[in-house]
Amino acid sequence: MRPGYLTSLLLLTGLAAGSLHAQVLPEERADILYHSYDGGGVKITGPSFLARANVGDKVSLSSNYYVDSISSASIDVLSYASPYDEERKELSLGADFIVGEAVVSAGYTNSDENDFEARTAYLGISQEIFGGLTTVKLGFAKGKDTVGQVTDPLFSEDADRRIYRLGVSQVMTKNLVVNFDFEGVSDEGYLNNPYRQVRFLDPMDARGYRFQQEVYPNTRSSSALAVTGRYFVDINSAVYGGARVYDDTWGINAWNAQAGYTYRWRDRWLFDLSFRHYDQSAADFYSDLFPFQDAQNFLGRDKEISTYTTQTVKLDITYELLPNGWGIAERGTANLSLARIMFDYDDFRDILTGGAVGDEPLYSFDADVLQFYLSFWF
Amino acid sequence: MFTVLFRIILLVVTVGALAGCAGLEPWVKPYERANLATEVMKFDRNPVSDAYLNHVYEAREGARGASGSSGGGCGCN
Repeated sequence: MRPGYLTSLLLLTGLAAGSLHAQVLPEERADILYHSYDGGGVKITGPSFLARANVGDKVSLSSNYYVDSISSASIDVLSYASPYDEERKELSLGADFIVGEAVVSAGYTNSDENDFEARTAYLGISQEIFGGLTTVKLGFAKGKDTVGQVTDPLFSEDADRRIYRLGVSQVMTKNLVVNFDFEGVSDEGYLNNPYRQVRFLDPMDARGYRFQQEVYPNTRSSSALAVTGRYFVDINSAVYGGARVYDDTWGINAWNAQAGYTYRWRDRWLFDLSFRHYDQSAADFYSDLFPFQDAQNFLGRDKEISTYTTQTVKLDITYELLPNGWGIAERGTANLSLARIMFDYDDFRDILTGGAVGDEPLYSFDADVLQFYLSFWF
Repeated sequence: MFTVLFRIILLVVTVGALAGCAGLEPWVKPYERANLATEVMKFDRNPVSDAYLNHVYEAREGARGASGSSGGGCGCN
């Protein structure tokens, strides 16, 4: 994206100043969450803590501490490495300021693993226009990754990332709100996974194939455009849905769509049932089995850049714990979220089950995602 | 596609902003927005949970962006 685009958008936001609408700060709240992902030989659990509080009536501060405790024996790991355990810790700090009729947001996130560090700084602005019917959001983030390797303490590579976001939230009718979101991301640097391998045919090998290090391009640009909407059915229920299209310079094209239903029951219960479908094509340089070693300049066999679909079914249950408040808490909820994600790959083969080389069964697996969390508002 | 999509959005915002300058009246009055303020109509009711699930998707799907999540590692190998 050329810098001129962002400047133009900021100016356009200013152009609409004749119909500005006063902003309010986000709600003061605290969340304590436990999460668990279990699927494909990978188990990831950990806590997440979110706190948001106001300082005066113009500033809101937030922080989020998040941990992934990873135990991995995925098909990739079992194919050419050994199962491992590791931990990732992420800390985010953010601030929102009311400046005139806009809300300016800034934040910083640091994510640490024993062989990977990611740092991201974020700046955004949000403004309501047309008497509050339209909210325009602009955002820019800059990230830097440092990639290491546990088997080689001297190995260190960097990657830089720039993220551009534009969002428009539009009140369409007194019962319908629609959001439009665009996000462009550009990466430059070391985008490989230093452990990941690709396989190639080798008739001289007993298995009929061998592995070599993957080789990715050192640049990637992507764009994603999403439309989501929520419709008021009655005081106790709403339906929602959305879709997203995506493409990037690696040749991956993807789309997803989701739909859901939210229902309040007997004042204190809230149920949310949703379904999501995701579909993507493979990157140009992806192959499950290359014809020979160094078959092309870029080589990828990561299943996340292959051709596949996922289906997600999710149920969220919320129970109002403190409808009348308690102490400094105005209200509190207990929440349980259960999701099953089903992955079906079209050109990534399960080489652990055997079979003729290049004709092994296609890989698929289901993952169960559980979240339990408590939320309090102050 | 990156440029085309962005130009489409720029056009939408431009038209919207110019319409605002032309004095377009809000067609849903503030007193008609009670339904939109109900609990069942909130997009961001559970921010910590939404951020987690977006992270799960971004770590395991090739597509990224326009889903409200932030950066970080993935533990996805």
